[in-house]
Amino acid sequence: MEFLKALLDTGFGTLFDVLPIVVVLFLFQAAVLRRSVPNPGRIALGFVLVLLGLALFLVGLEEALFPIGETMAVQLAAGAIEDAAGGAVRWDHYLTVYAFAAAVGFATTVAEPALIAVSLKAEEVSGGAIGARGLRVAVATGVAAGVALGCVRIVTGTPLPWYIMAAYAVVIAQTFRASRTIIPLAYDSGGVTTSTVTVPVLAALGLGLAASVPGRSPLIDGFGLIAFASVFPIISVLGYAMAISAIARLRGPKKDRTKE
Amino acid sequence: MWSGSLAAILRRLAAAARDLAPIILVIALFQGLVIRQPFPDLAGVVVGLACVVLGLALFIQGLELGLFPLGEAIARSFVKKGSAAALLAFAFCLGFGTTVAEPALVAVGEKAAEVASEAGFIADSENARSAYAFQLRLVVALSVGAAIVLGVLRILKGWPLHHLIIGGYLLVTLMTLFAPAEIIGVAYDSGGVTTSTITVPLVTALGVGLASSIKGRNPMLDGFGLIAFASLSPMIFVLAYGIVL
Repeated sequence: MEFLKALLDTGFGTLFDVLPIVVVLFLFQAAVLRRSVPNPGRIALGFVLVLLGLALFLVGLEEALFPIGETMAVQLAAGAIEDAAGGAVRWDHYLTVYAFAAAVGFATTVAEPALIAVSLKAEEVSGGAIGARGLRVAVATGVAAGVALGCVRIVTGTPLPWYIMAAYAVVIAQTFRASRTIIPLAYDSGGVTTSTVTVPVLAALGLGLAASVPGRSPLIDGFGLIAFASVFPIISVLGYAMAISAIARLRGPKKDRTKE
Repeated sequence: MWSGSLAAILRRLAAAARDLAPIILVIALFQGLVIRQPFPDLAGVVVGLACVVLGLALFIQGLELGLFPLGEAIARSFVKKGSAAALLAFAFCLGFGTTVAEPALVAVGEKAAEVASEAGFIADSENARSAYAFQLRLVVALSVGAAIVLGVLRILKGWPLHHLIIGGYLLVTLMTLFAPAEIIGVAYDSGGVTTSTITVPLVTALGVGLASSIKGRNPMLDGFGLIAFASLSPMIFVLAYGIVL
């Protein structure tokens, strides 16, 4: 019963979030375009499925994953403190936390609905040259590396801009080396990684870690994991595309499919 | 339509279960090896996971039926109509409208207000905090509206994306030097939270639809990139807000 109530609440919440989009779409459709959309029934069904799916998805996450994720983040961070008892904070006392962060970053990104949407579109537009699954694994690898490094930053208390600026420098360098067709998709993949699944778990992890490491403030040091998770996938997707074309070059020029 | 959807949903269910496997694996592994404590509520977890799988399958099916075709149909009719002004107005409304109510952004805004009042940036009162959080949300929503406008303009003109994005990076770097330290973390994170699960497919379909119906544009080169703008511009706007305030 309580579960149904949660589902209903979340359903209404999702409906409310979608309302501005629907209003904008209707307004422009009716006032500016004045052209009927093909298959309105199908599209309406699609919207219903999207809403229902998202509500179920969120309720399930709330029920199954978020409590565990948060508890685990806090327990791991606290456990590392006990191991380090007495001594100064050393970044290598928290290896389990980094491993957890990387694993969680990877796993939540693979299940991120927005990323699934973009990778399906990318596979369609590229005519199959970019595989949806390969793209998602590349993005998830970037998130894993980024989040782990973000946790190192929280533990060491080093300034966030250094890391992000260094990552930007790598992205810019890669941009001049990578195939032109992959660049827009790689830039986009930075923004889609952090939505429904990843943000709450990362926020809990960052705040929990900053609260339990001596000398860190959750309010100042707890931010930044999302920034890491948005920049590093750009690097990993560009790197993945560069690796594929390098391998294709080694095997012979005819198999190079990422170049135009 | 219904039976076709049903078969497709069954296929999607299998795919969704596969998508969730890494999460289950990670949790089981860390729970068993590192934390070594029994699950607090196993039945709840199983029910919850079943909902997540079903929800993900329905969402993807709805995406293919509704959001993708709609985004592309709208892009096509704007191109047929040929009014750039109407298209840009639509782009702004879509960006602003979807961001201003975004729950993740509301949460980050409240957190940011806490940081600001802790740092003595704004008065330590409920009113000052909620005003700050609301202003921040408006700033981010405006920035996403502006970002989608710029992104659509780029598709129309065929400007290369990386010039604009690298320019944006340089701007962020420059502004970081002048922004107060307290706002930097919030600003950097705000880029990631603006792009919600429903906005992303719609905006992606709009971009790809525009690029494939305008002559001389390549959907792969020009269609993607709207999301990149939507995640970069909030950083610039929030940093500017921090510098001005």
